[in-house]
Order: sequence, then C-alpha cells, then structure tokens
Amino acid sequence: MKRFFLREIAHARAGDKGDTSNIGVIAYRPEYFPLLIEQVTVERVRAHFGALVRGPITRYELPHVEALNFVLENSLGGGVTRSLSLDPHGKSYSALLLTLPVTVDDSIAQGLLQQGRTPLA
Amino acid sequence: MPRRSGNLRIGAGASYAGDRIEPANHLAEHGALDYLVYETLAERTIALANLARMKDPASGYNEFLDLRLRGALPHCKCNGTRIITSMGAANPLAAAARAAQLVRELGLGPLKVAAITGDDVLEYCRLHADTLPIMETGLPLATLEGEIVSANAYLGADNVVEALRQGADIVITGRIADCSLFLAPMIHEFGWAMDDWNLLGQGQVCADMVECGANVSGGFFADPGYKEVPDLGNLGYPYLDMAPDGTGVVGKVAGTGGVINRAICTEQMLYEIHDPANYITPDVVVDFSEVRLQEIGMDRVRISGGRGRPRPQRLKVSVGIREGWIGEAELTYAGPGCVNRARLAEQVVRERLRIGGVLLDELRVDYIGINSLHGAASLPTLHEPYEVRLRFAGRAKLKRDATRLAGEVETLVGKGPSMSSLPRTYLREVLAIYSVMIPRAAVRPSIVFQAAPA
Repeated sequence: MKRFFLREIAHARAGDKGDTSNIGVIAYRPEYFPLLIEQVTVERVRAHFGALVRGPITRYELPHVEALNFVLENSLGGGVTRSLSLDPHGKSYSALLLTLPVTVDDSIAQGLLQQGRTPLA
Repeated sequence: MPRRSGNLRIGAGASYAGDRIEPANHLAEHGALDYLVYETLAERTIALANLARMKDPASGYNEFLDLRLRGALPHCKCNGTRIITSMGAANPLAAAARAAQLVRELGLGPLKVAAITGDDVLEYCRLHADTLPIMETGLPLATLEGEIVSANAYLGADNVVEALRQGADIVITGRIADCSLFLAPMIHEFGWAMDDWNLLGQGQVCADMVECGANVSGGFFADPGYKEVPDLGNLGYPYLDMAPDGTGVVGKVAGTGGVINRAICTEQMLYEIHDPANYITPDVVVDFSEVRLQEIGMDRVRISGGRGRPRPQRLKVSVGIREGWIGEAELTYAGPGCVNRARLAEQVVRERLRIGGVLLDELRVDYIGINSLHGAASLPTLHEPYEVRLRFAGRAKLKRDATRLAGEVETLVGKGPSMSSLPRTYLREVLAIYSVMIPRAAVRPSIVFQAAPA
C-alpha cells in the first residue's frame, strides 16, 4: 500500500453558479474509479477544504464515465460577483481537490511508479 | 415530417463576451457548418450591458459584434451557414439593426436578421420584489439594500426555432440559456416535438458539450506530464455533428490545435452541473446520468444516452444589484525575510484602518505565492519563497471607504516595512448577481425582423 496525491489517478474541472462550486473528478482509468468511490468521500472533501466551504457538500456518482461530481454550497466567498477572492469562480478548486491523498494497493502503486509518479512520504 | 434526414453540423464560435475572434472565422470557412453559434453571456455580462445601455441607448450589445460578423459572415454566406448568437445582450434590437447594416455594407444581402426580445423582466421583478424569493438566500428580493439595475430571464430555444422557421439567416438574442442556442437548430432542422423530452434531453446533453467552445477541444485542460494538448496556441473551436435521433459527435477542423477525447468531454459534461439527473434548462430537465461517451476517431467523441423530463414551469432570472465598492491593493516583498515583512505590513494596514475608522463589510488579506487561492487549505510551503505578493481586498458600502483601504496600502512605501515594490491599487463597483424564479407567463418574448436587402 502506498499513498499518492489524487492527481496521480484522476483529473478534475471546477465550475461555478452563484455561491456554489462544483468539481467533476474523473478517474484516468476505469480501474481507478473504485478508489474514488471509496476514498474521495464527502467527509474527506469537507475536511480537505475546511473553511472554504460553509454550506452542504453533495457527491454524485457517474459510473458510466468513471466520474464523481461534488457540489460545494456557499463556497465562493458569497458569490462570484461579490467575492474578494483572486479566484472568485473557484476555477482552481479542482487543483486543491487533486491534492487529497489516496491510498492505493501494490499493483496500482507499481503502475504509477512505472509512470514516474512519486508517492507521498 | 423531419426536414432533414442527414447530419446537422453546428459550430461553436464563442463561449464568452471577449472570446477569440479568428478561430470562429476559420471554423466558418473550413468547417462545412450548417449553423454557427456565438454564446457570449456570463451571469454578470448582461447586467454590465444593461448599465452600458442606460448610459447610451444605442449600446448594450457585444462590443465585438462588428469584428465577429465581418470575419465570419462572408464565409457563412458562401457556405449557407446560419448564425445564432446571444451577442444582443441587453439590446438585441440595436445589435440586429447593426448586423443588418453590416450585411449591406459587406454586400452580402439579401439576408434576414431576427432579434429576440422580451428577456428583460426588470419591471416585473421591481413590482414583485416583496414576494419573489432570492434563490441564494431564500429572502424576498426587496430585502436587498442596493439598487436593482437589471433583471433578465433565461429564455429557451422556442423563439429561436420560430425565427428560423420564418427564415432568419442571423438570429440575435439577449439572455437565453447557453445550451438552447444550440438546441434550437436541432429542433428546427429535425422537426423535433417541443415535448419529446428524451430527444430534447439528449439534444441538450450534446449542446452542453460545445456551449463552452474550446473547453471541449483542448482549452483549460492541459497539465504537462498528465494531460497533453498539442498546439495549444492554435486551438480549433469545436462543432457538433447531430443525427436526427439526438446522438451527436463532437469534432473540430483537421489541422487545428487542441484535442477532443473522452477525458476532456467528461470534464466538460460535468462543468457547472449539480445533480446530473436534474439539470434544469428552460426547454427540458436534462438527465446526464446514463450518458455514454465513446472515442470514434481522431478528435471525435460520440455522445449518447441523455434523457429528459418535462420543462420547468418557471424561468430563472439573473438580477443585477449595485452592492457597494471593492478596493484592492497589492505590493511585493522580496528576499530573505519577505514573508515576515509582509506580515508586519498586514498588521500596519489593519491598525491604520482601525485608527481611520474605515468601514469595510469584509476585508481579505492574501499572501500570493503561499495561500491566495485556497487560504488555510493550501499545501504548506516547505521553504520561504524568494518573494511574496501581499494583497488586500475590501468591500465597503461607500466608495470612500473602499478608496481609503487602497490609500492605506499606498502609504506602506515610506511608512511600512522595508524592501517592497510600490503598490498597485484597484477600485470597482460591485454589481452583484442574484437569481429568482418567475412564472413563464410573466415573460413575453417576441421576434423582430430586420431586412437586409441585396
């Protein structure tokens, strides 16, 4: 078992509507999707984002495209048009989500190491 | 009977007000398009356009209308491509008049230009401000302190379909749901019923794939070593090849930069949707949950499995409200100790704001290079950076207070810690956007034709 950033097994894009951000997280390979289901949970995302998200977090599963969609309410500093943030749209929230650590089994770890990916300490 | 049995090709020429110009011209010339769609309205864009129209009744439409049409119209005329666009913003009538004038100037007539009006529901929202709940807060619209300057309902595809049926070569709208600009030609060309919800749902899924333009053909995707995008500086804009059964293929003109694969299509599909089984558009409630994406060739992805349910009885309205001012100021500290000097500067500014009695509703302080985007959630930095940019941003009810925040940061040079750049300051008015829902019957769109004879 080894730990990696989520970035090594998934990619993501964030969108905005009002004060709500959504982040689509997509497994690079179908065999990584169960890891997303198990480890990229609402509880972990809440802990990871901390004070950035002041409202409910909802997770939707899209197994046909090996993706999760996270909806983060009250997370854009009061809304795109009022926010004081340099990133009022939260476009970079996808990058933050991809820094979530995930634990992978030895066969997946082996594959990632062969791709030149670095595990976490 | 469907008017068309073969495929229908719809290009995406723009996905925001300031989008690039020349990729749409290339697409119009080489894309063999039946339709070219320019979507140019973000939530805030139309509110800003309303302010512009208040100052000058002849303005309030997209500032690049001339440039875009001059570049693409000759190709569109030559290839029999019709244009659908939300470049009308807060003034579709003036935009259509200008477009008709351009057609004459360029000698491309005869063409019929249609403006869709009626999305402006400011009057209705002012009248019902006491009872209309704001979606974001649940409180009535009237509880907001600022002045309401705009209210625009998201129209659906129906009026664009009617304009096409009446022979429009160019259709110019104001606020309309982005996807509906693409759905309209599908309905028109294939003769889809306006209550065939699964067909409309699948059409909207395809429309959603291209409504952000190059975001599905290589834009906002590259991550070197992870997600490669060839020739990113020369992104080709996408088109949809639609079949009468609602399935579609996303593609782009050969030889242009970018990439279209399953990964980027999945990113785009999830962009700005919440519950994938309940994506509400004015035309249909879309269900993405069974969508399949399949790579069928170089830069070609097939979309199927979208479904739909009956359209909502109420339409979403974006309301623009003046909500005070934002003052911002930034300066950079360099060299060893830069972070400590920046921290001291933050203390100084906070003390000066207290002494001066500056009234801010909210103050934010960022250390750019360390935590400016994600605050305390940022990964810790292992080493002190060589430089750090200190940023203050404050929102105030009065312009005076927002200005004074910037002023206090300006005086840091000479009176704060040592060894920084000079500050840069910015001041802007807050035009906040809130959403309300209003009954369909309160919105009365109409179609106004402008003739552009030969």
